[in-house]
Amino acid sequence: MSEPLLPIIQPNDGKPYVAGSRCTQCGHVYVGPREVCAKCTARDAMEPVHLAETGKVWAWTVVHRSFPGVATPFVDVIVDLDDGAHIKGTLVDVDPQAVSADMPVRMVFREAVPAGADKPYLTYLFVPAQGAAA
Amino acid sequence: MSDVYVVGIDMIRFGRFPDRTVPGLAAEAALLALDDAGLSIRDMQALYCGNLGQANGMVGQRMLAEIGQTGIPVVNVANACATGATAFRDAWMSIKAGMYDTVLAVGVEQMGKGLLGGTGGGPSPEGLVGSYTMPAMFAQIGIEHARQYGTTFEQFAKVSVKNHHHSTLNPKSMYRKETPLEEVMGAEMIAYPNTKLMCSVNVDGSAAAVLMSEAKVRQMGLMDRAVRVRASEMSSNPFAERQMAMPDFSGATRLAAKMAYERAGIGPEDVNLVELHDCFATAELVHYENLGLCADGEAGRLIDDGVTALGGKVPVNVSGGLLSKGHPLGATGIANIYEVATHLRGTAGARQVEGAKIGLTHVVGGGPGMGTACAIHVLEKA
Ligand SMILES: [Zn+2]
Repeated sequence: MSEPLLPIIQPNDGKPYVAGSRCTQCGHVYVGPREVCAKCTARDAMEPVHLAETGKVWAWTVVHRSFPGVATPFVDVIVDLDDGAHIKGTLVDVDPQAVSADMPVRMVFREAVPAGADKPYLTYLFVPAQGAAA
Repeated sequence: MSDVYVVGIDMIRFGRFPDRTVPGLAAEAALLALDDAGLSIRDMQALYCGNLGQANGMVGQRMLAEIGQTGIPVVNVANACATGATAFRDAWMSIKAGMYDTVLAVGVEQMGKGLLGGTGGGPSPEGLVGSYTMPAMFAQIGIEHARQYGTTFEQFAKVSVKNHHHSTLNPKSMYRKETPLEEVMGAEMIAYPNTKLMCSVNVDGSAAAVLMSEAKVRQMGLMDRAVRVRASEMSSNPFAERQMAMPDFSGATRLAAKMAYERAGIGPEDVNLVELHDCFATAELVHYENLGLCADGEAGRLIDDGVTALGGKVPVNVSGGLLSKGHPLGATGIANIYEVATHLRGTAGARQVEGAKIGLTHVVGGGPGMGTACAIHVLEKA
């Protein structure tokens, strides 16, 4: 398996997940590891979690112009994960016109070559929750 | 505590000046502001200089090398799109604190063309983990408003029609061209719903202001052209539920607006004109609500009814705004103050907001994973 595109992506011996942390004081779930809760300011209250792989689209946009070398169009989604975390991602295997508020989506892990890179990396993507193959 | 006044303020016409230098652009605005006040650099007791692109480059000192090195303290300021307003506010605070009577604030930026945004080193997640361009982020802020209140693509586009129209009346605007609704909506789509004509213009520019204590203004007899700073408030982004996924510019704006209205002892209904941070057309509508110009969910109606157009109840961005006048990041905050001050002085010519007594300026900036800086000023004819 290729190396992760972002440090929050954990290869985990072929069963990848996105690392998060949950505040045991206020319950907020963050993307990635952290020490102090930005919401309630609690210290030493964070527990590491594997982020949920299902959620709903909160906001989205269809990106037609991006940085040089990046293939467009693509769908940029803000997803409310079912565990309460909020994460940005790219929604694939979908007609951009069909994206709507609260559309159920699922996280999948795939290898992809980033713009400007010469080798693939492990990344997470979102696909519509129904009928998607990982 | 006595008030602080703006006694001199000006900006250069925004444009593209690849052959100029950043200190050179700053110096031009500084001299214009000094001339407007009828003062010399020798009268300045301190300089606050805002610039982002050369934040580690001692721009303030290099500017003084072009207009006179009197040995005054220089503070170089960088604070995202609030950079110029932060320099202005630091100057204001230094007078409020009783340290100085006469202080110069400058904002300057020299920008390339193209998209702003991006991430640090390493392989780029752009396209694979959403987009890190500013247009995409502000597109989602528009979509969020649309999902909550039914705001339409056409309503967002009308912001651009309005601000481009305003700019035809402003000789200091980068662009001065009408853009009818069909043209705005039919322009190249950058990130839905923001087309190219709904994105602010990257330009070079500079603006400067001379601030003065009340006692000094009276002593020098400068009150007839003075503009009183009724409030100068800043905020950073308070915790927002989705901040890990999308930058939040609303929380900080609402916080600073509340403090500014309280400090000035006024409400939004008392404001005669507003220069707000229309970095994208979607942003302007969201900020109508953040600044209390209307209730939540009513921004679409406000633009439909022409309330924020020149001639309406509370004209917004009569300068042309960032969308048409241009957005030289470090200069924008002081250029906004210049615009409002010009109306309060009654010298705005064809775009004059008749009878303007109180105006508000707003800038808010930041980026993916960085946080937000917001500055709001309330100004009043002295
Ligand atoms: Zn907490």
